[in-house]
Amino acid sequence: MKIAVTLRLTPDLTEELELTEDGRDIDREWIGLVLNEFDDQALEQAVLLKEAAGAEVTALAIDGEGVERLLRTALARGADAVRRIPADDAPSSARALTPLYAAAVREIGADLVLAGVLATDDLHGELAPFLAAELGWRQASAVSDVRIEDGDVVVRQEYSGGRAAQLALTLPAVVGLQTASQPPRYVAGSKLRDLLKVEVPEMAVDAAPAATGIEPATLALPDRGAGAEMIEGSADQIAERLHAILVERDMA
Amino acid sequence: MRVLVHIEHETGVIEDTAFELIAIARSLGGEVEALVMGAEPEALAGQLGAADRVVAIADPALETYLPDAHGVALQAAIRERNPDLVLLSYSTAGLDMAAPAAHACGLPLICHAVELRQDGSALDVRSQTYGGKLVASSRVPIPAIAMATPGAARAEDGRLDGIRPVETVALPPGSAGAIRLVESLAPETGGVDLTQAERIVCAGRAIGGTDKLAVVEELAGLLKAEVAGSRPVIDAGWLPKSRQVGKSGVTVKPRLYLMAGVSGAPEHLEGMRDSELIVALNTDESAPIFAKAHYGAVCDMFDVLPKLAARLKDS
Ligand SMILES: Cc1cc2nc3c(=O)[nH]c(=O)nc-3n(C[C@H](O)[C@H](O)[C@H](O)COP(=O)(O)OP(=O)(O)OC[C@H]3O[C@@H](n4cnc5c(N)ncnc54)[C@H](O)[C@@H]3O)c2cc1C
Ligand SMILES: Nc1ncnc2c1ncn2[C@@H]1O[C@H](COP(=O)(O)O)[C@@H](O)[C@H]1O
Repeated sequence: MKIAVTLRLTPDLTEELELTEDGRDIDREWIGLVLNEFDDQALEQAVLLKEAAGAEVTALAIDGEGVERLLRTALARGADAVRRIPADDAPSSARALTPLYAAAVREIGADLVLAGVLATDDLHGELAPFLAAELGWRQASAVSDVRIEDGDVVVRQEYSGGRAAQLALTLPAVVGLQTASQPPRYVAGSKLRDLLKVEVPEMAVDAAPAATGIEPATLALPDRGAGAEMIEGSADQIAERLHAILVERDMA
Repeated sequence: MRVLVHIEHETGVIEDTAFELIAIARSLGGEVEALVMGAEPEALAGQLGAADRVVAIADPALETYLPDAHGVALQAAIRERNPDLVLLSYSTAGLDMAAPAAHACGLPLICHAVELRQDGSALDVRSQTYGGKLVASSRVPIPAIAMATPGAARAEDGRLDGIRPVETVALPPGSAGAIRLVESLAPETGGVDLTQAERIVCAGRAIGGTDKLAVVEELAGLLKAEVAGSRPVIDAGWLPKSRQVGKSGVTVKPRLYLMAGVSGAPEHLEGMRDSELIVALNTDESAPIFAKAHYGAVCDMFDVLPKLAARLKDS
């Protein structure tokens, strides 16, 4: 079986986000980029499947800053092959990029695609269901476990309230991963250093981005409204005030 | 403007989020059509009095939720009813069905919507983005599909019993079969029911590991509170799934929700936003949780929580 995993770098949300002057994007000059946490889970799940059932895993990413390093990490974590997909002025919306991914998936002949369930900065829909629609394949999102059974892919799909279901999808299929069945593995720095010189091949695809039908949004900081009453001071002072609040409400 | 609202239901109970969508549709003016699919969807029609009309798709293949059959049913309804706007909730079904419908029907899709207003032949939509750290304003030409964040409107404003005319749409043949239900899984209980807890102390990703949980557990003990976690804490295996609060965990409404090292992503807020008293500790002053909490402090949880515990011990 051939598995494709799509990877994307997203801004580190524990940092403060600043906006560009026209408000069309965040200022990307200084912001740290990290692997989208759900893609991280998708990569882990692909490698777990390979270990359990045997598979060839190819990690795909639209080319850009930091992508070679990202894909080398994927190799260190157990991917068999990696490909950078070149795209001029690549739009950031998954919907727009779907035709590129679809062409790449066809070219590598994958039967199963694992993608992160979403990226928090994508407003025009998620990659997994768009990709499945483009390829004409089955799809399930918000998945937290993937197995191969009798030639089908069996996933655990999660719903609200903690409910879930096991679904069997006939291949080929696309799965939107929320959580792998085990936490992503840690790769030692030495292993990464060994891969520093490995070439990350490009894979040009004969496809153009699709229209989303929506102009890029204008971004703003949220209106905090009343917001929280902020407690200032040293750790001691904060603890003191919190204690007083709890005493006031008969909870201490 | 005619709005087709997808009504999610589970074992005969309509989800609150479905009533929220009706409320949003109502606020746009115009006509509201409530789309219910299932084995016997008409049974739910009497609860959809806040809509002008019910559109029902009845088929045994729709008895339990399946991404393919339900997705095709949605597309059939869109083709037949030709709405100006299709509203879905940001739920698992919404994630599964919205994009293929947008793809198949050639419609724009806008996600994470918290506010929609009509302006001529377009909608002005505000969406939560970057984990709730930013708000995006988009101008979306209609017809369109929108996926709204739970909590974007009040369910009460879309809930009304009453009989409305029912139109039926047929499920196209051959829609089901490529995805099969193997087994429905009830929520994991693991000996705790957070929905009944009066007080909760919730640890976020910043807790960093099971070895650090003692800080939170000690505090919870002193407060007679249950310990909960955000999704990453459960995913990492630091706490059991039964203690997950949020979109894919439980929804809680305690008297006290004390949270530390949780950023306040929309998916977490969905599970605790109605708590009576929300206190949040976070090192990042721009953490979205500070917009929702009643009290907040920008601080290191590992400094403050032990000090609070010490004070509780003394009192
Ligand atoms: C379909 C779907 C369903 C989901 N369901 C859920 C769900 O049910 N529940 C849920 O919680 N999430 C859910 N999520 C995930 C959600 O989007 C967020 O990723 C998650 O809530 C983030 O958890 P967190 O706040 O603990 O971690 P982060 O967002 O990483 O936040 C950690 C915070 O800790 C702060 N911090 C760091 N160090 C310290 C310190 N020493 N002291 C104090 N603060 C510190 C940081 O500033 C940061 O704000 C879901 C996502 C999807 C896509
Ligand atoms: N522009 C993009 N390039 C690569 N991957 C993407 C892109 N947009 C979204 N994805 C991935 O697609 C999945 C769903 O994201 P999204 O559809 O953006 O919510 C996640 O794995 C994302 O990281």
